[in-house]
Amino acid sequence: MKNALVTNSVSKNFGDFRALNNVSITVPKGSIFGLLGPNGAGKTTLIRIINQITMPDTGSVLLDDQPLQPHHIKDIGYLPEERGLYKTMKVGEQALYLAQLKGLSKAEAKKRLKYWFEKLEIGDWWNKKIQELSKGMAQKIQFVVTVLHQPKLLIFDEPFSGFDPINANLIKDEILQLREEGATVIFSTHRMESVEELCDDIALIHESNKILEGKLIDIKRQYKTNTFEVGLVANNEAQLTKIINDKFTISPAVYKSLNDELKLNIKLKENESSNDLLAFLTSNAQVNHFNELVPTVNDIFIQTVKNN
Amino acid sequence: MNHLPLIIKREYLTKVKNKSFIIMTVLSPLIMIALFALVAYLSQLNNNKERTISILDESGLLSNVFINTEHTKYNILSDISLEDAKQLVEENEEYGLLYIENRQHIFAIAKAIKFYSEDTPSLTLLSSLETKLEKKLTDLKLLEDGVDIEKLKSSETQIDIAQESFLGEQSSKTGNIMKLAFGGLAGYLLFMFIIIYGNMIMRSVIEEKTSRIIEVIISSVKPVQLMLGKIIGTSLAGITQFLIWMILGGVLLTVATTIFNIDLMQMQTSQQEIVQQAIENPDTNAQAQIIFNEFRSLPILNLIIAFVLFFIGGYLLYSSLYASVGAAVDNETDTQQFMMPILVPLILAVYVGIFTVIEDPHGTVSVVFSYIPFTSPVVMLMRIPFGVPIWEQLISLGLLIGTFMFTVWFAAKIYRVGILMYGKKPSYKDIYKWLKY
Repeated sequence: MKNALVTNSVSKNFGDFRALNNVSITVPKGSIFGLLGPNGAGKTTLIRIINQITMPDTGSVLLDDQPLQPHHIKDIGYLPEERGLYKTMKVGEQALYLAQLKGLSKAEAKKRLKYWFEKLEIGDWWNKKIQELSKGMAQKIQFVVTVLHQPKLLIFDEPFSGFDPINANLIKDEILQLREEGATVIFSTHRMESVEELCDDIALIHESNKILEGKLIDIKRQYKTNTFEVGLVANNEAQLTKIINDKFTISPAVYKSLNDELKLNIKLKENESSNDLLAFLTSNAQVNHFNELVPTVNDIFIQTVKNN
Repeated sequence: MNHLPLIIKREYLTKVKNKSFIIMTVLSPLIMIALFALVAYLSQLNNNKERTISILDESGLLSNVFINTEHTKYNILSDISLEDAKQLVEENEEYGLLYIENRQHIFAIAKAIKFYSEDTPSLTLLSSLETKLEKKLTDLKLLEDGVDIEKLKSSETQIDIAQESFLGEQSSKTGNIMKLAFGGLAGYLLFMFIIIYGNMIMRSVIEEKTSRIIEVIISSVKPVQLMLGKIIGTSLAGITQFLIWMILGGVLLTVATTIFNIDLMQMQTSQQEIVQQAIENPDTNAQAQIIFNEFRSLPILNLIIAFVLFFIGGYLLYSSLYASVGAAVDNETDTQQFMMPILVPLILAVYVGIFTVIEDPHGTVSVVFSYIPFTSPVVMLMRIPFGVPIWEQLISLGLLIGTFMFTVWFAAKIYRVGILMYGKKPSYKDIYKWLKY
């Protein structure tokens, strides 16, 4: 049982529109899985299929190696992008209701809610109505309701929207904590820096097709260009540039630095190693900055989507 | 997992605890009673105005017809010209002048009677004058022709056809009116219930859409369950409200009649009159007996069972449609275009019920409409007091249940897709497409 969730060639049509075309993804157990894609690519449809809100036309979904069944609802926690709460209902009552819908008993739900409300320091909201709370406050409650029944699989769609940096960080830590405790997380967002920070695996969906999937680190390796960003101090910068240019492919680099230095991106060929470059540079100038350019998720996203 | 009871409970409690619901529940009977009292008071005020009518009778035949009553005084003029009379009436600010011209023939007199007044006279007043004059002139004409009026009057016969079915059940016109009242009340109650609580369901679906909680909920429960829970929960709240209205209405009516003891006195006298009449007149007594028997012979058990079944069937049929309309749109203003197809059959049912069932409860139109599922709950409920064979009721009920299952399926389809659709206002074409998603 290595995989928490597998979809096999899932397709879904809405009338003439094909929202998903044979999409297969594999979410390893205990991972944080980034589900990425431009707007309207089909991410939400896929998430809804996993949540059994929509049925796939063809293909199958396996949760813990079992075909998806109604009772699996209680094993999944879903925080949709379009989310809200009953405006006129009290926070406590509402949280209890939603927890009971996920199959918790009233007493158990109450106990766990108390724990979470204290943890997130929102205990005194219990008797307030949602319409009295700010958007960020309501989001916190939604987060609690999503994780309360301790699901094996958590699906977060843009979980940080509406949060200030402090609360976003709080939620991020909670997500990591839940992963520590054994949950698997599917994470859909347009904020690439959070993907960079949190995800172990990603899948990229574009125009209803999956166009990329794998461990983030492998994908980065695959996309790496063997380019190094260097900062050099020399008496004659023009001459230095010429010397390097004779041996390597270079382009100007942009990064923030405290010193006034020559900033270059140097691309190596397949057979050249970083040590060769470093040795060459140190023999010609003082090296202040040496950094391999790792492709960002943002770069990979844009590049892959454009190429398709 | 069956979450239906949980959903029903939430829907019920939110509705019942809602402030505007509580206010409506308490205030509506008060407002109704106040309105009735106001109307009663106003019409009394209108009647209490004293009117004076001058009579200029040049024929001299009709003056003794007019006897002063509490609200109408007659002022008999004589030896004065029409013009002077008109002026006099105007100066005295009297209500009007009735002018009877002198002619040779009684029919000619009858044709030439005129009423002069500043404003258009009240219709009831005119017709009461007409009745009085007609009666007197007819008598005069009969007298002129040598007919003995006493004899004529004593030979007038009254007919009241006694009705009896082949099975030996007796009935009467009063009984028929009672049946109509029963059926009408049941049908109308259902109609009102559908409109009020159907709308409430629709609004509650829209609320879930606009507050964006819907996706959270349906990741836990099946949309059909949510829809049914909503319908049942809202209906229970509706029944609660109706019960409170009935109790409150009863109490208030008693209180109101005690406070306005004039009404009570009037009611008492009229009741006493009826009782006295009944004692004096054995015929009325027998009549009362028939009505009582008739009430007992009403298919009470059938009526109650049919009421419950058709009420539930009809209500679920329509409320599932209301729920799907709520799911299809984003806000209440967009519901208009989808309300028409719901309201038309409903209103049709009430009109058919009122007009054709009175005319002939077992006529073709009544029978056909009591089979069509969209009109059958109302029309059948109106027909049943007149005696509808059980097999007919069963067929109608079967059709209703079949259609109800279809509309719930249909509504659930629309609901499932509609609740996740935001932004664009859907057309009928879009909704047709949703059925295939």
